[in-house]
Amino acid sequence: MITAEQLKKHKLTAGEYGHARDVLGREASLTELGVLSVMWSEHCSYKSSRKHLARLPTTGPRVVIGPGENAGVVDVGDGWCVCFKMESHNHPSFIEPRQGAATGVGGILRDVFTMGARPIAALNSLRFGRPEHPKTRHLVDGVVSGIGGYGNCFGVPTVGGEVVFDASYDGNCLVNAFVVGTMKRDAIFLGLATGIGNPVIYVGARTGRDGIHGATMASDEFSDKKAVERPTVQVGDPFQEKLLLEACLELMRSDAIVGIQDMGAAGLTSSSVEMAGRAGNGLLLELDKVPLREEGMTPYELLLSESQERMLIVAKQGREEDVRKIFDKWDLQAVVIGRVTDDGIWRCTWHGEEVCALPVPLLTDEAPKYDRPQARPDWQDAVQVLPTVTAGDASADLLALIGSPDHCSREWIWSRYDHQVGAATVIRPGSDAAVVRMHDTTKAIALTVDGNSRHVYLDPVQGGMGVIAEGARNLACVGAVAVGATDNLNFGNPERPAIMWQIANAIDGLAAGCRALDVPIVSGNVSLYNETDGNAILPTPTVAMVGLIEGELPAIGARLGRAGLEVAVIGALPTHGVGGSSWLARVHGLLRGKPPTVDLVAEKALHTALIKLVREGLVEVAHDSADGGVALALAEICLPLRSDASVGLVGELPGSGDRTARLFGEDHGRVVIAYDRHQAPAIDAVLAGIPRTVVGISGGSRLTLTDAGAPVIDVAIDALTARWRDAMPTYLAGDPWPV
Amino acid sequence: MNVGVVTFPGSNCDADFRRAIDRVEGLRAVALWHKDTDLSGVDAVVLPGGFSYGDYLRCGAIARFSPMMQSVARFAAQGRPVLGVCNGFQILCEAHLLPGVLMQNRDLSFLCKDVTILVERTDTPWTRGLANKLVLPIAHGDGNWQADDETVKRIEGDGQVVFRYQSNPNGARNDVAGLCNAARNVVGLMPHPERAVDPLLGGTDGLGFLTSLVEVLA
Amino acid sequence: MKVRVFVGLKPGVLDPAGEAVKGGLHHLGYPDVASVRCGKFFDLDVADGPDAEARVAKMADQLLANPVIESFRVEVLP
Repeated sequence: MITAEQLKKHKLTAGEYGHARDVLGREASLTELGVLSVMWSEHCSYKSSRKHLARLPTTGPRVVIGPGENAGVVDVGDGWCVCFKMESHNHPSFIEPRQGAATGVGGILRDVFTMGARPIAALNSLRFGRPEHPKTRHLVDGVVSGIGGYGNCFGVPTVGGEVVFDASYDGNCLVNAFVVGTMKRDAIFLGLATGIGNPVIYVGARTGRDGIHGATMASDEFSDKKAVERPTVQVGDPFQEKLLLEACLELMRSDAIVGIQDMGAAGLTSSSVEMAGRAGNGLLLELDKVPLREEGMTPYELLLSESQERMLIVAKQGREEDVRKIFDKWDLQAVVIGRVTDDGIWRCTWHGEEVCALPVPLLTDEAPKYDRPQARPDWQDAVQVLPTVTAGDASADLLALIGSPDHCSREWIWSRYDHQVGAATVIRPGSDAAVVRMHDTTKAIALTVDGNSRHVYLDPVQGGMGVIAEGARNLACVGAVAVGATDNLNFGNPERPAIMWQIANAIDGLAAGCRALDVPIVSGNVSLYNETDGNAILPTPTVAMVGLIEGELPAIGARLGRAGLEVAVIGALPTHGVGGSSWLARVHGLLRGKPPTVDLVAEKALHTALIKLVREGLVEVAHDSADGGVALALAEICLPLRSDASVGLVGELPGSGDRTARLFGEDHGRVVIAYDRHQAPAIDAVLAGIPRTVVGISGGSRLTLTDAGAPVIDVAIDALTARWRDAMPTYLAGDPWPV
Repeated sequence: MNVGVVTFPGSNCDADFRRAIDRVEGLRAVALWHKDTDLSGVDAVVLPGGFSYGDYLRCGAIARFSPMMQSVARFAAQGRPVLGVCNGFQILCEAHLLPGVLMQNRDLSFLCKDVTILVERTDTPWTRGLANKLVLPIAHGDGNWQADDETVKRIEGDGQVVFRYQSNPNGARNDVAGLCNAARNVVGLMPHPERAVDPLLGGTDGLGFLTSLVEVLA
Repeated sequence: MKVRVFVGLKPGVLDPAGEAVKGGLHHLGYPDVASVRCGKFFDLDVADGPDAEARVAKMADQLLANPVIESFRVEVLP
């Protein structure tokens, strides 16, 4: 008899369990209850979000594999595909930042190489609390060293990312890790348990008690008093993972297997259940054959363990020895632990005795699915009202902004990541998008990850559209056409109608953006219950987007680098004001107003033209001007980056109307470009009616902007550089954030 | 001419190095496996970067005992060209084919960036014709070369320092970025020449290591 | 007084370094090594006092060890 107390511990409702009992026609055993709890957790079943995720566009002429597999696959031509996904490891990273972030990277790497792709780049999207919060510095340091420690050793270049600091993440940091790999279209592997009688083979590291109930914990709010009950933290072993990668890719060339899947969240249970579910088969697992790291483990524990660096393989009958030989070469174990059955039941035995017998569909398609109530928060109208703020000295504001946690140099972070292993990184971290060449092809891919939780908080639909617009615009800045995206939806507790409303509306915004800009979402992840003591994080959908560059790589930068270039803003110059802007947040401490609305038609036209400008070599610099506004974008292109020296700029503030909004408003659909002025006619021909507003000419050592002759900004590039460059290292050395 | 590139468990710059070698006319890359011992088909050996055995104990400490390293030691003793880059340099030091050790960086953190190194010797098989200044990427957590006073005095007197950092990124004693053995045939360095063989990927200053080899082996 | 604080991973927590060292020892011809666990120690010289050991334990808990995955032991040195 399963008690209410046991259900509560397993985070199942009486209704959920009742359904399972009805299907089984009996009470579940405690082991089965554990299995139900992880398979029906938010993390594995997407029970609150599935209904809404269905609105995201997931198909397109290039899409080979959409959501539902370990990672999405997009065709990039000539028989080549890219395979990618983003996934969160938020809760584990808050508990143990180094191992939590490291195992997050490890998990997403496995998701990609289990599809048959060799990982070629990683990015990450990070959210931390206020710099002055006592835990923040420790979390930043730990997460960055975890990501670097894993990726550097594994040998995947970490080429970009984003990081935001905000009080709403004080008790729930976010670590979203993205990995992309490449493969030939005819060499894609799926997590399928096909072929009745085929052997199920366990490969990789042995199983310990690591992270038991990690999948249910990921759907759990934190509260301070719970510190003692925390489960065993998973520890990552990137070296083991590197061996696993090489062994798996070698195995895939051997024709010995029919399916393969990473043992990620909910470990052996979810991997085996999902493989059986996709194939419509059953499985028999002899749990006593699973290689164990610890003594005295029970079937319950080993089914729910989240030990890292393990994979599950379904091989062709009779090819077991071939599998074992390849893993032997890489000093890894491969053990047959079961076989594919035809009865649709997922059975586990322990020394001959049956300990689980659950119908596969009960655990997969028939998992609970909720249409949770939504309600527009009663505070939503109030936060959209922009209070009157007095504009101060714009130069001082610009200095504050460029040295703020939102916009200062991230070199402290990315210099800890090997961003060049693989010898294919064309555009390194620090630009609008990273560019990585695909070896053995004439192609390169561009990568960006974006999220603007301030905008989403103030208007989830416009904020959601804005994330997609910004991602595609960043790719266009390096001459790449967006071919697909992966999303990570980080929100609070979906059982609260206000949070559910944020989720549903943000998804609508993302969906509209993806449709208008032809960017299918091919994979993704949902992380809910990001709350501590009832305080939710800002709604944070993050999107990683992949762009394609065919043929010769364009010579494009994000820095002026030299004097004599004409600088202009392309795109319309409406002002939606400073609502939701970084300026408002960082200079005035306000999260208020309406964020800019997104004109997706204009956005699409701008991207198409910009890609052409970059591809044809008509512009030397292209830089997105949304986040932080035009003033910040103009300042950023003046800063030094690696071999590019700093250069000043003298010009006129573009547009008309409210000056502060023109400086710091975060309207979409605009990009700052710089070019040899003789190219202006050719540029205008490509722009075909899209406005180009000249700002000025690069040169000197100051950024000087005037408005109708009146001075607006006049600041030395050296001063900007110092604020921008020194902020993060100063803070991470233990000092307060410099202001 | 065949250049062997050894893959240890955890090597992750082996494929990059093979590609770099195959870009150079006259050279062909040969993949070598740490459990093998046969070097009869190669004219030079490269120990590439990475994290052999996870670098968990000390960088290179376990890899040096591999069967292939016993062959590499004999190959080096015959005066034939051996190059170790990053983890490969650490392995050469652990195997005592080069002096000193590589300790954790002064700032205790991994560091990936371009550095300028000064070339002090062009009479090794890997450095012939190199310009006196190169810009190459580094990517390491343990590149801080250290040795006792007596060793430093000996190798400085003997001219075994091949490369020095223009601006020391990791605390290495005497700004040492790379060394050779007394016979000059074994060279090790922390920066990655194989990552600088394409103008689009940040320069071609690494190509000279391989064109030097072509000249020497010709 | 001089104390030594030993810090190691808690039992059951995966020790990748220990595993790699064990593999290395096996390759070197010591197949009888069944397990290797790595750790570290800190030698501290602290002011004598009745609560010195307790204070060192607190230091270990706060900083020297990561209590999420590591345990520690304090030993007073002669």
